[in-house]
Amino acid sequence: MNRSLRPLAATAVIFILAYAAAAFQFPTLVSTRVLGNFLTDNAFLGITAVGMTFVILSGGIDLSVGAVIGFTGVFVAVMISWGGYHPAVAFAIALAVSAAFGAAMGAAIHWLKVPSFIVTLAGMFLARGAASVISADSIPINHEIYDWISQAYWKMPGGGRLSMIGGVMVLVFVLGALLAHRTRFGANVYALGGNAHSAELMGVPIGRTTILIYTLSSTLAGLSGIVFSLYTQAGYSLSAVGVELDAIGAVVIGGTLLTGGYGFVAGTFIGVMLMGLVQTYIIFDGTLSSWWTKIVIGVLLFMFILLQRLVFRAQAARA
Amino acid sequence: MKLRVQRLITPQTIALVAVLLFNWLLFPGFFSVEWKDGRLFGSLIDVLNRGAPVAILAIGMTMVIATKGVDLSVGAVMAIAGAVAATGVESGLTVWQAVPLALVAGLLCGLWNGVLVAVLDIQPIIATLVIMVAGRGIAQLITQGFIVTFNDPSLIYIGTGSALGLPMPVLIAVALLILTTLIVRRTALGLLVEAVGVNRSAARFAGISAMSLLILVYVFSGFCAAVAGIIVAADIHGADANNAGLWLELDAILAVVIGGTSLLGGRFSIPMAVLGAMIIQAMNTGILVSGFPPQFNLIVKAGIIIAILVLQSPVASRLFKRA
Repeated sequence: MNRSLRPLAATAVIFILAYAAAAFQFPTLVSTRVLGNFLTDNAFLGITAVGMTFVILSGGIDLSVGAVIGFTGVFVAVMISWGGYHPAVAFAIALAVSAAFGAAMGAAIHWLKVPSFIVTLAGMFLARGAASVISADSIPINHEIYDWISQAYWKMPGGGRLSMIGGVMVLVFVLGALLAHRTRFGANVYALGGNAHSAELMGVPIGRTTILIYTLSSTLAGLSGIVFSLYTQAGYSLSAVGVELDAIGAVVIGGTLLTGGYGFVAGTFIGVMLMGLVQTYIIFDGTLSSWWTKIVIGVLLFMFILLQRLVFRAQAARA
Repeated sequence: MKLRVQRLITPQTIALVAVLLFNWLLFPGFFSVEWKDGRLFGSLIDVLNRGAPVAILAIGMTMVIATKGVDLSVGAVMAIAGAVAATGVESGLTVWQAVPLALVAGLLCGLWNGVLVAVLDIQPIIATLVIMVAGRGIAQLITQGFIVTFNDPSLIYIGTGSALGLPMPVLIAVALLILTTLIVRRTALGLLVEAVGVNRSAARFAGISAMSLLILVYVFSGFCAAVAGIIVAADIHGADANNAGLWLELDAILAVVIGGTSLLGGRFSIPMAVLGAMIIQAMNTGILVSGFPPQFNLIVKAGIIIAILVLQSPVASRLFKRA
């Protein structure tokens, strides 16, 4: 097997083992019904995690995505419920606003030469603050299109339902994988994350790529905010607090190297599914309290960081 | 040591004075301080008191950032320490047992972070992310998901009591500030930390034990977080595993950055970071007393970060040189 595929394979094997162990205890876990709920419940996290994969592949980090989700939700809710706009118009404007927001952060990271960590931290404060200035209360969305989209589903064999938002997530993952592995932009992202200096010498447009990466991440966070508002039928400024950590966790568990330059979009999908499995297992078990989710995800995170460390240290020693 | 007037005029002190004057314009009674029930009262004292936990976090965070690291776990460590102290006194421990136990919990979290960063060579953001994610779960495990309230008068005294006319949190912060500054600046420790922050391998070749120094700064940061966590729990007479210290890691990092310590490691200043924490708190208080909705807090904070980033950036320094 190709050596560079090993961490991805490790993630996949761990997911299959975990799923098998869980299914052994609760046989009902193996059904398209559970799978469908998996995809629907984690749709907003998955969409964000695709954008985060690109950011981390380039060696950066984006702490603002949770706040962008919250902002987009409020923005869309205000436009539809208070402004009376059609949801399609609201979606388009919300995506444009989040894209511009991401472009501004990317530009700041490139031109001001500051770590992405601190720029996106400012972005997080700004987006969260702007959302709560628009409205501190939760705004319900009542629109026939909303009802229609959130109830639309494709019946899978076995009685499971692939909802529209679950389908959107799968589509974003497929497009994300194509973008990362089949386009010039994707190659530039990998080059930038591997070694920014060499990438520049090789003629990779550093500035443009950096701005595009953060634009992509913010746009996907905006899309995720729309999906979240479809999921909850409301916009609330404090929703999706801490989703950036879940997204980073999913990317890391998916085998993407945090120093950049190495990883797969497909790995992130397994990471999201593994986190979903932990939550579903705890719900199925019934006796475990919800805080075990956090602890187990923390332990998983630690295991994968350690695994990456050991794999790459062994490779470096051999080279 | 002679205190020169010029040395006190820094961008940070000017900013703090400006924020305070602004508050005074919005709320004329801002500077009035009165003596009641054996302690001082007033908005200024309130700024000091409310700002103390972030100031304490900033003391530890400064040392971590000076080594080119960052500690994202301090908010979660605060929750753990508060949970340990509260559950301890509720299950019959005296305050002299519960508080050291909570401090040990903080030290252990710091040790864990330090080992991940120094021994396993994991990026600090990611290494400390583990406890940031799992820490609140651990705190909830300790409190069994409840908000543990307590009535132990000596533990409450740490959060709301006063001595020498000042609230206890302020005294603890000042003591920690003086002690740390003395230890760091009167010995070679500060210099060694700066050396590790500027270039870790060069420091190692120069004979500095970079690994133990790195572990030490994370342990110290964990300790500071535990102190802050105990104060916050004592202040509200309870431990809230979900909300204690939530997002305070970001405030602490912001305080350190306002204090002029570079995120790229090296030169650092603990008193300036504490001053940074006071600027943040003075702003928070200012927004509250002026009657603006507290939501503006976040936007103002974001504006300040952006202003600092622009001022510190190479683009700005090139412009200043030309001028």
